Amino acid sequence: MKLVVTTSPHIRSSLSLQKVMYTVILCLLPALFWGIYYFHIRALFLLITCSISTVVTEIIFKKVRKKPVSIGDGSALLTGVLLAMVLPPYLPLWMAALGGFVAISLGKEVFGGLGYNIFNPALLGRAFLMAAFPVQLTTWGIPARASWTSLDAITRATPLATTLPKFSGNGLYPLQKLLFGLHPGSMGEVFSIGLIVGGLILIALRIADFRIPLAAFLTLVILSSIFYFTGENYPSPSFHLLAGGFLLGALFMATDPVTTPYTKKGRWVFGMGMGALIVFIRLFGGYPEGVMYSILIMNAFTPLINRLTRPLPLGGKK
Amino acid sequence: MKKLSFPGGVHPAEAKLTASAPIENLPLPEKVVIPLQQHIGAPNNPTVKKGDEVFTGTLIGKGDAFVSSPVFSSVTGKVVEIGNFFHPVTGKGIAVAIERKEEEVLDPAIKPVEDPENAEKEVLLETIRAKGIVGMGGATFPTHVKLSPPPSKPIDTLIINGAECEPYLTCDDRLMIESGQEIIKGVKIIQKILNPEKTFIAIEENKPEAISSLQKLLEENMEIVVVKTKYPQGGEKQLIKAILKRDVPSGGLPLDIGIVVQNVGTCFAIYEAVYRGKPLYERVVTVTGEVNNPRNLRVRLGTPVSCLVEFCGGLKEGVNQVIFGGPMMGIAQISLDTPIIKGTSGVLALKRKEFPPEYPCIRCARCVDVCPTSILPTQLAKIVKFEKWDLLEEYHLMDCIECGCCVYVCPSNIPIVQYIKAGKDKLRRMKK
Repeated sequence: MKLVVTTSPHIRSSLSLQKVMYTVILCLLPALFWGIYYFHIRALFLLITCSISTVVTEIIFKKVRKKPVSIGDGSALLTGVLLAMVLPPYLPLWMAALGGFVAISLGKEVFGGLGYNIFNPALLGRAFLMAAFPVQLTTWGIPARASWTSLDAITRATPLATTLPKFSGNGLYPLQKLLFGLHPGSMGEVFSIGLIVGGLILIALRIADFRIPLAAFLTLVILSSIFYFTGENYPSPSFHLLAGGFLLGALFMATDPVTTPYTKKGRWVFGMGMGALIVFIRLFGGYPEGVMYSILIMNAFTPLINRLTRPLPLGGKK
Repeated sequence: MKKLSFPGGVHPAEAKLTASAPIENLPLPEKVVIPLQQHIGAPNNPTVKKGDEVFTGTLIGKGDAFVSSPVFSSVTGKVVEIGNFFHPVTGKGIAVAIERKEEEVLDPAIKPVEDPENAEKEVLLETIRAKGIVGMGGATFPTHVKLSPPPSKPIDTLIINGAECEPYLTCDDRLMIESGQEIIKGVKIIQKILNPEKTFIAIEENKPEAISSLQKLLEENMEIVVVKTKYPQGGEKQLIKAILKRDVPSGGLPLDIGIVVQNVGTCFAIYEAVYRGKPLYERVVTVTGEVNNPRNLRVRLGTPVSCLVEFCGGLKEGVNQVIFGGPMMGIAQISLDTPIIKGTSGVLALKRKEFPPEYPCIRCARCVDVCPTSILPTQLAKIVKFEKWDLLEEYHLMDCIECGCCVYVCPSNIPIVQYIKAGKDKLRRMKK
């Protein structure tokens, strides 16, 4: 009889890389479905374009680098889905495809592939598009209800855009509109309830760690409350939470393990930094929205945070 | 009684298939192969030669060093060979093969300690050494060494380890249920040697029968502490953290902070050595997993594992792995001829179907979260992989207890412990 020899441990938990990636995609579905329903077929085209672009880019890069094609792990698809969700729903599709290419190539593969990248690939793709096509990336629309296939949409400012130069959005976008996603915005960012439910499931399943979202949430609420209650014409904390990309960013992007700290303390630091940056960029920066840059900036700080928050081993001395 | 625990750890399916199976005696094998090295420490030399007649309990190997432990014949018979045989830990090793005769005779030298209740500390310690007692939890460190702390390090607390945190294993559990009185007597012997202020008997909460049976037998200055069912609760440093909230210094031993930890199986063996004069030639082994009738067996050391498997109805169809110990830290064996030794707490048969490839680390930090020694397993694996040897110590490589929690939870299936062991080897060679 042939006995197999392996090193201990000889049992494994049922969690796999694939399961992690596909669970995240599943938890994004409520917000995705709403985005497609609300913005019609163009949103679906956007989703398909981004997904194909990221997956194909990864296959090409793996072939060129002569590495095994690991597309089955779902990470490239997840990047594509996330990218589509942070783009304006009526963005020209070739731009979306270019964004997907940049997300995977510059965002991931040049660093050595999955696990080695510094920045969140989807956000890096969006940052590139923002620099390359600033007009298109800030052109939002509300769906023209009349025809499903209509490519025309009425251009509108997003709720957050009403914060510049001076905030005027509170009356225009009541809470329930923001919660149910009845306002212009990125395809996957508008349906707040769907994002909250999906994100909480992700945390409950322990796929995502609660520390970063919680720290970002608390920091955002506290800081924005200070401005809201002491100053004039500042958006309310709930507006900060629901009107832009905070929910998608905090629950699904700042919980990307690769680009965030691996120490528990570090995750609190990351979340607090992110929350603070969002408030400051939104209120005092040149952009109405700050989620993307806040996460990318904190991504850059992650190696430093890891080093400074390295835990002491059991019984170790300082 | 409150539930105590340590930070980190995992909770795999407990799979205690044999929790209610009483300990049975395995019929004596025709032939035993007894490795001379069954402990951590200096090697033993044989004290018998080919052709010698031996009794059950006859000394067959000993060493001169303090950190060594003698071995004994586990059957009555004739030495047929002294040579290189399968060894469960080292792969191959020198062993004494003994063919059994029909009639069993105990070695005439076997005599209990006179009036054990009032025996001198030195007599007890010498008995424990001479009868070959080692840590029965699997570490097999000679017990008399552990019970001889230097005078500069007084012991204030004794912890009796009945946690049995490895999934599947039930040998300690059954021993506590069936031989509670003997274990308590063993504990009293240790108390006499160390004179600790406090003695705790730690049992995981998933063993209510063992808890209640020992509870009835407790004597003065003994307390049962119920610890959370979590792996590696039975690790010395983890158990100390859970019960006393004290940290064993990195690189140090429990006795550095005045603590000694002893396994319940060791207490039982100490009792048998002192009260019955019995050398360590048998132990309780849980035979479990994919065997047809999982059981708890009392097994003579040197019995080939095939005899145990056969007695338990054989391996199920498709079994391709046999492990000595539990699934988390046990050692996979290459042959069913491998003998049971002092440290073999279990024999676990598994069907390992697939060996998924190693995927890249996504830095999810599950390994960091579960690491009971608060090191960064994934970082260490990377350091070894990319041969950044100078970083090994900075990242506390040597603090790793190789419990395997990190590998258990890793979604990318990275054999982190394997990398860490390689790193430890490298570091030891670099220091030479």
